[in-house]
Amino acid sequence: MTARTDKIDELAQRAAESDAGVSLAAAAWRRLRRNPVFLVGAGIVVLFVVLAILSPLLAAHDPADPMLGDQVVRARNEIPPPQPGHPLGGDQVGRDLLSRLLVGAQQTLLVGVLATLIGLAGGLVLGTLAGALSGWVDTVVMRAVDVMLSIPGLLLAVSIGALFAQPNQYTVILAVAIVQIPVFARLLRGSMLAQRHSDHVLAARALGVRQRAIVFRHMLPNSLGPVIVQATLVLAIAIIEAAGLSFLGLGNPDDRLPEWGQMLGQAQNVIDSHPQLAFWPAGCIIVVALGFTLVGESLREALDPKSRR
Amino acid sequence: MALLEVRDLSVVFRSRGHQRTGEQPVAAVDGVSFDVAPGQTVGLVGESGCGKSVTAMSIMGLLPKRGNQVTGSARFDGTELLSLSDRQMRDRRGRDLGMVFQDPLSSLNPVVPIGLQVTEVLERHQGTPRKQAAMEAAELLDKVGIPDPRRRLSEYPHQLSGGMRQRALIAIALACRPRLLIADEPTTALDVTIQAQILALLAELVRDTGTALIMITHDLGVVAGLCDEVNVLYAGRVVERAKRHDLFAAPRHPYTHGLLSSIPRLDSPRGERLVPIKGSVADNIPWQNGCAFAPRCPNAIDTCVEVTPEMAVDPLVSRRLLRCHNPVTATQREALT
Amino acid sequence: MLRYTVRRLLQLVFVVLALSLLLFAWLRSLPGGPVSALLGERITPESRARLTAELGLDQPIFVQYFKFLGRAASGDFGVSTGVQPGDSAAAIFVQRFPATLELSVLAIVIAIAVGIPLGYLAARRRGGLLDNLSVVGSLIGVAVPVFFLAFVLKQVFAVELGWFPTTGRQEGGLDATRVTGFFVLDGLITREFDAAWDAVKHLILPAIALSSIPFSVIVRITRASVLDVLDEDFVRTAESKGLTTQVITRRHVLRNSMLPVVTTIGLQTGALLAGAVLTEKVFAFPGIGQALAIGFERRDYPVLLLLILSAAGVFVLVNLAVDLSYAVIDPRIRTGSGGGR
Repeated sequence: MTARTDKIDELAQRAAESDAGVSLAAAAWRRLRRNPVFLVGAGIVVLFVVLAILSPLLAAHDPADPMLGDQVVRARNEIPPPQPGHPLGGDQVGRDLLSRLLVGAQQTLLVGVLATLIGLAGGLVLGTLAGALSGWVDTVVMRAVDVMLSIPGLLLAVSIGALFAQPNQYTVILAVAIVQIPVFARLLRGSMLAQRHSDHVLAARALGVRQRAIVFRHMLPNSLGPVIVQATLVLAIAIIEAAGLSFLGLGNPDDRLPEWGQMLGQAQNVIDSHPQLAFWPAGCIIVVALGFTLVGESLREALDPKSRR
Repeated sequence: MALLEVRDLSVVFRSRGHQRTGEQPVAAVDGVSFDVAPGQTVGLVGESGCGKSVTAMSIMGLLPKRGNQVTGSARFDGTELLSLSDRQMRDRRGRDLGMVFQDPLSSLNPVVPIGLQVTEVLERHQGTPRKQAAMEAAELLDKVGIPDPRRRLSEYPHQLSGGMRQRALIAIALACRPRLLIADEPTTALDVTIQAQILALLAELVRDTGTALIMITHDLGVVAGLCDEVNVLYAGRVVERAKRHDLFAAPRHPYTHGLLSSIPRLDSPRGERLVPIKGSVADNIPWQNGCAFAPRCPNAIDTCVEVTPEMAVDPLVSRRLLRCHNPVTATQREALT
Repeated sequence: MLRYTVRRLLQLVFVVLALSLLLFAWLRSLPGGPVSALLGERITPESRARLTAELGLDQPIFVQYFKFLGRAASGDFGVSTGVQPGDSAAAIFVQRFPATLELSVLAIVIAIAVGIPLGYLAARRRGGLLDNLSVVGSLIGVAVPVFFLAFVLKQVFAVELGWFPTTGRQEGGLDATRVTGFFVLDGLITREFDAAWDAVKHLILPAIALSSIPFSVIVRITRASVLDVLDEDFVRTAESKGLTTQVITRRHVLRNSMLPVVTTIGLQTGALLAGAVLTEKVFAFPGIGQALAIGFERRDYPVLLLLILSAAGVFVLVNLAVDLSYAVIDPRIRTGSGGGR
């Protein structure tokens, strides 16, 4: 546990040491532009986001309409094969698979972005409180954070997911998001603590700048680097963990608007006979998660002044 | 006969993808030649980036193979070091050639006891059994002036002081009685009082063991106390070579003269001004177009930016080699003081 | 050092207590509740009230918690209501823990045994084919959902090729003798080598799936750490001594690059415990993870509480062990001083 928290603190410390600001961002951007890892990742992410936004227009059919239902034969375990107008065939109840995948991009993006934003917001509040106020607030917040961090991530998400009588899209998002709150909180607090004794904050204090202004104008902006990196990585984690929740039966049962993790989770019962129902959403998840991870890792590299690789 | 003969040694850095970017390969060392006789102490002096450390690293075979092209010759006791295989070079390093580095803390392995860091050289090159190696190591530590050497064997680098660490590094480098020791800025990272002790220790060890020493430094004070002969390097080339006393008495190359005038001297008259060398290495012109030092040189004449100066015997002072079109004259030196 | 250990152990006690309170309140507020789970469809208000009183669920929650704590101190964590109804939660833990431990140990051994050498070689041949492959591979390894990888492995190597069994811990027909609950170990102790080998075969696929994430992370951290150390001055010193590559690697490079790797291994036990829930479900492997998966489905409070608590406890303990192992690796920590004097 301490090892994990130390790791987060170290990242925060490193970021704080780097002289944040416009020059760093510009230098980071220069490095990023030439980094093939970043370019591939960013390409995937941009494609995914565009697809998600345009998917209602791109999808040829209603993802909730079992239009091929007559081709589903339960007794013989048959589902609609690929056919004209339905290049990927249908799913286990006869809905067009391609349309579901397309619309799924939107729902998946929604899960990832909302979960990350909620986790970030929660972490921002806790981390800023602890880092800026120190004293007993810091102690209490950080003890709570440590306790949460001592439960392995997915296990915590599953526990939270199980709290809700009727799981739906938002319980899934919330479960995944809450797990990330302590991570963000620790990251921010570490970064702020490291800055508290840095020259620019001491200078601001010496000039009589008020505490609130120091926190919001000087300390928070300088903590953004590692937070952005972490947020990018969390986008990938959220999508994968949402799939895990669905697999464990704690996902959103309402599948009129499909989500890739949900599609993958629901495919588990038919995977022996129809592996394509799992492969398509799984492939999409892997590619998108890889995209966000590549962007996150190359951002971390670019923002870390010490890294040369 | 010389123990080490370096002839026309050049090291070219090739950055990755230099062909694509059209970047010119950079010559860090550009045709350096010098000799070291047995038991002699030779200084390589110059500001950082002049190629003195790269020269040492290439003689030791420590430059990464990738990205570095080493040409020329470095004959050690008749053997061409540059054409030895990696394995043959490994057999020589630590046995015939020892090296002491600049920062003693980072140059010692933090997680290995001092004792083992000394004995592993003995084991490697002399096959000394561990027990006996430990005794020898304690003797070595004692010889370099580390008190209570037996206890130190089991201690770790962070438990020693900076000066002790450098003494330990010297003990490691001298463990197998190498015939040549290269000391790369051995006192730069130390306190001034410790610096003097370490220099005195090196001088004593070199005298007692007959080891030849190449002293690499940017500090002419170090040279003054230790070296028999001094090579002044600028931009990868030797620009002046002279016996220590000759050099200090009458520097001939404007760069050497500049180095000497920019450090305070105890014997200089009161009120004398320190004269810094103007500009920085960034102002250099390529050697191909003339003298690299010309843009910073107070003595520069038109020839200096047209004709590459060659290393030649100084017409005024024999026993001295000089690479300059318009050397500093006695009158100029007088004028300055 | 001793004081530090004691302080960390006290911290552990605090974390477990706080967690137990949190989980207790949490799991009690789970919807449905064990009564519905036990009685199912045939629920009448009278039977519900009777069972609720029987299970003590009608008392205030803090009374329930303190009663629970008191019983827990004597090893009584209540009776399972869903996973294996009627068995005590503690019995389920004792019965299933060895299975998950076997699985996790094999997974982390695979991750370490392949990951560290691969990371080292990648760093040594930086920019080469092996390096690029291992970097890309380790990034993909994190992006693949564990249970999907488990499915694919099962489908290819168990169903299609038939090299490995698809589910379970051991063939029932073997009638192996049980000694410790660790099936591989039991087979070796009793010299029933066929039973041991069968248990190993059941472990391989789930262990590979489970090791995917720790493996990827270990490769990446080892590579970065070795690259850092290769740049260090003391490696140059070691080279200047003419030491053999073998000694330089073992004594000077690897030892110094292991610190962050050991930290990572500790952190990855968390990923193992979470991954076990998914992997064990795919392979119907009767360990803690499968019990958790079923427990969530059937709202089995006592079992969930004990298992999550023990998972967190194991995680914290492993990381304590990791922190203590620093002292073995790094004398600067052991002798309790940082830089120079």
